[in-house]
Amino acid sequence: MSDPTPRFDPSVAADFLVSRAHNGWLGMRFSDHGEDWVEMELPWREDLLGEEGRDVLASGPIVSLLDMAGGLSIWTRTGEFRGIATLDLRVDYTRPARERKSVFGRVQCYRTTRSAAFVRGIAHDGDPDDPVAHMQAVFMTIDKRTVDLPADRKAEQANG
Amino acid sequence: MADAPDIALLTPYARSLGIALDRWEDNAPVLHVDFSEAVLGRPGALHGGAISGLLETAGYGALRAALAETGREASFVPINITVQFLRAGDEKRSYASARIVKLGRRTANLSVEAWQEDPAKPIASAVMNVMIRDVT
Repeated sequence: MSDPTPRFDPSVAADFLVSRAHNGWLGMRFSDHGEDWVEMELPWREDLLGEEGRDVLASGPIVSLLDMAGGLSIWTRTGEFRGIATLDLRVDYTRPARERKSVFGRVQCYRTTRSAAFVRGIAHDGDPDDPVAHMQAVFMTIDKRTVDLPADRKAEQANG
Repeated sequence: MADAPDIALLTPYARSLGIALDRWEDNAPVLHVDFSEAVLGRPGALHGGAISGLLETAGYGALRAALAETGREASFVPINITVQFLRAGDEKRSYASARIVKLGRRTANLSVEAWQEDPAKPIASAVMNVMIRDVT
């Protein structure tokens, strides 16, 4: 039995998936992953500040980072790249990020059902044991079919 | 319509994303963001993170306006935000405005909605808790 679609691999696909649109504009990049979690990095950038005069990333980009890491964690856990949409997302900001620091979003998909996926994670600025934020979110599957990545990515994944 | 208070509504991030003041309504700013590559998520739909950024910016704007009315100048520290994504945002202009549910001495609770053509059909809503630090 041959499976035409290789298992979703965030170390191959993530940087491609965040290369455009809002994620590309933010400058997100892949950092690390496990079986059911993905970590993405958002490098510090002058025009993403949340307050004039303080060199700290705004909270908006941190929501985007955690949202994307959440989606990637679902595809990583299930091994399938499918259309999903965020239904509900909560972020608790436990401390301010340090000045001029990258922020990392590490999110785990801990449960999937036929049409929902539950994720939770943290944002940190270098030490995962000292998070700047905690998040919890629910995503819905909007497309039951597995979406094929573009051909060149599939080949890369297959060669993996 | 009240005169627009002379306050900074937009953070560097908000300006960079393309968020702008649309109008004042009930003493709170209505903000908008035009469709661009910077707010696009999956093909054809706005990114949830960009919508969250618009919601958050509208929340802080309403809070800053309310504090300015009473002569308070403060800096804000976000406590949390819970966003409900209600509809996919199309590739067109989006709006957002906030209602202050509770304004206390140290914290504020805000209810924010974002919509596109019809305010009665919000694309997202949020509840925000914000810590207020008075500038003395």
